[in-house]
Amino acid sequence: MLRYTIRRFLFAIPLLLVISLILFTITELAPGDPAGALPLTIPDEVRQAYRASLGLDGPFIERWLRWVRAIFWYEPQHAIESIGNFCIGDCIQDSDRIISFSSRSPAVDTIYDRLPKTLWVMTPSLILGILIAVPIGIYSAYRQYSAFDNVGSFVSLIGWSMPVYWSGLLLIFLFSVKLGWFPSRYDATHEVSWTSLSSLGTQIRNIALPVTVLTFFNAAAFSRFTRASVLDNLSLDYVRTARSKGLSEFLVVNRHVLRNSMLPVVTLIALSAAGIFSGAILTETVFAINGTGSLLVQALFQADFPMLLTLTFFFAVMRVLFNIIADILYGMLDPRIRYD
Amino acid sequence: MTDIADSSTSVGTAAATADELGEHRSLRTDVWRQFRKHKGAIFGLVVLTLIVLAVFVGSFIRPYDATQLEPEVRNQGASWAHPAGTDNLGRDVLAQALQGGRISLSVGFAAMIVGNLIGVFIGLFAGFVRRLDGPLMRLTDVFLALPILPLLLISVLFFREPVTGVFGENLGIFVLVVLIIGATSWMGTARVVRSDVLGLREEEFVIAAHSVGTRTGGILGRHILPNVMSSIIVASALGVASAILTESAISFLGLGFPQDLPTWGKLLSDGNDFMQINVWRTIVPGAFISLTVLSVNFIGDGLRDALDPRLRGKA
Repeated sequence: MLRYTIRRFLFAIPLLLVISLILFTITELAPGDPAGALPLTIPDEVRQAYRASLGLDGPFIERWLRWVRAIFWYEPQHAIESIGNFCIGDCIQDSDRIISFSSRSPAVDTIYDRLPKTLWVMTPSLILGILIAVPIGIYSAYRQYSAFDNVGSFVSLIGWSMPVYWSGLLLIFLFSVKLGWFPSRYDATHEVSWTSLSSLGTQIRNIALPVTVLTFFNAAAFSRFTRASVLDNLSLDYVRTARSKGLSEFLVVNRHVLRNSMLPVVTLIALSAAGIFSGAILTETVFAINGTGSLLVQALFQADFPMLLTLTFFFAVMRVLFNIIADILYGMLDPRIRYD
Repeated sequence: MTDIADSSTSVGTAAATADELGEHRSLRTDVWRQFRKHKGAIFGLVVLTLIVLAVFVGSFIRPYDATQLEPEVRNQGASWAHPAGTDNLGRDVLAQALQGGRISLSVGFAAMIVGNLIGVFIGLFAGFVRRLDGPLMRLTDVFLALPILPLLLISVLFFREPVTGVFGENLGIFVLVVLIIGATSWMGTARVVRSDVLGLREEEFVIAAHSVGTRTGGILGRHILPNVMSSIIVASALGVASAILTESAISFLGLGFPQDLPTWGKLLSDGNDFMQINVWRTIVPGAFISLTVLSVNFIGDGLRDALDPRLRGKA
């Protein structure tokens, strides 16, 4: 298992390099020049110096390598240095790091600032989604074609088909505009303090609507998947064996079927967890949550290439990482799968 | 001699079973029979047909031109003259939604075709040609690891000018959105087709085709492709649904079609600021998106059940 894990992590490095090259090429091919807005009267050497200060000088490969060096080496080193509050050799200066075009500050710092807002919304909706969906999915499969199953399948297909920005807007209309129970926009300045009940209460009111929207969406996806997985297992021979040796239905379902059918569900959950970090771009836009998703939209409209690259690369790293976690979990949970 | 005798008896039994069945049964009628039993699928088929008719035919019947400005009746709520009210420039919201649907549906359908063509092509070759399997599947893995929505948004924003320069403003953005959604949505189809082909490659009829000297192209086209068709059909239904959702997401963020050619997603984001004045601007386009996607998903579910030979004839 350890060997497999190490091998997977080593294989992830070339994969991430390829991804970074693809992302870099796309922004490279894009028209538009950050130095293009400078007045034409500016002397050429000043223009060149300005381009160099933005890291736009040199051939394509050199710029890509500089970026790779910054993201794979300087940024992790800086993170370690700032956590441990010491320097490894010469301290990493801000000029070595990836600097956003628009804010002129390190892109990674901005992402780090934005991440808690995203996690506050995404984590509860993932957990609630699982807690709601898994029992529903199991019971729907156990009583296939019953009224419960038909209603459940219908509702989950609705949740799966409704775009989150529409259900979000409907909830805003109902609960913010008409009833006035919840704020229509996320209060971005609110500082959460774990010791103050009123502060927590404000935060819960803040996240109530976006969490509801995302929970419904997650629960719809998970329950469909759980139902399909349990259905696959219910018709297998070992279930008949378990029944014929006189086990109660409760034990058959909850001990035998559940354990086997949860394997793919756990994988799906691990993969969805990667989405926690990329945030819900659309949900964050609808509720004006200043998390990583809306940071991406903002960087997009400002043509802030360093920020875009760093953000999308961060999302890609999370996807690759959780993919590996999903595979390792699968190997640990399922004794039939041996990677070594 | 014994060979001939054997084959004649087997022909005889085949004829007998055909007589016993009494009626002609083809794969198509079998699938349709199973499909009809899926209530959701029939619901989806009816709703989708209604939406397609309303969007492509109804928008000609509807008396209001979607682009006609009537400032004196702007920002009105629902009325008999304007069932979904008017927008801030006095345009009829329902007429806009119907017209916008033409683009949304066309984009969804076209993007699905592009995505599935790429997916089927890659899946066929990865499954059939051993040497290509590794590289093509690594390519699929890379695409699966890419953050798709951010990448989609970046590409639509940055490649807008070059592509509209070639095809013109409206057609250009259509081509761009379709190509980009297609280019980022083929991975699922490719994987399904590949795994189907891997199984089929070892079947006797493929080996037989090889041994009588059929070319690779002929084997792929005549023997393999028809057998993976059911997977492709199911993937197509799901592809249309997700392409419509993706297009409206792009438009909702204001990156898709221009103001004078609004799609459902764009209408939704435009109506956002006027929610307190005319909530129908939010409800109508979103309801169109959701109903379309819901019915396509239902059809997909029904097709999957109907095309699965293990389920056919049951339930």
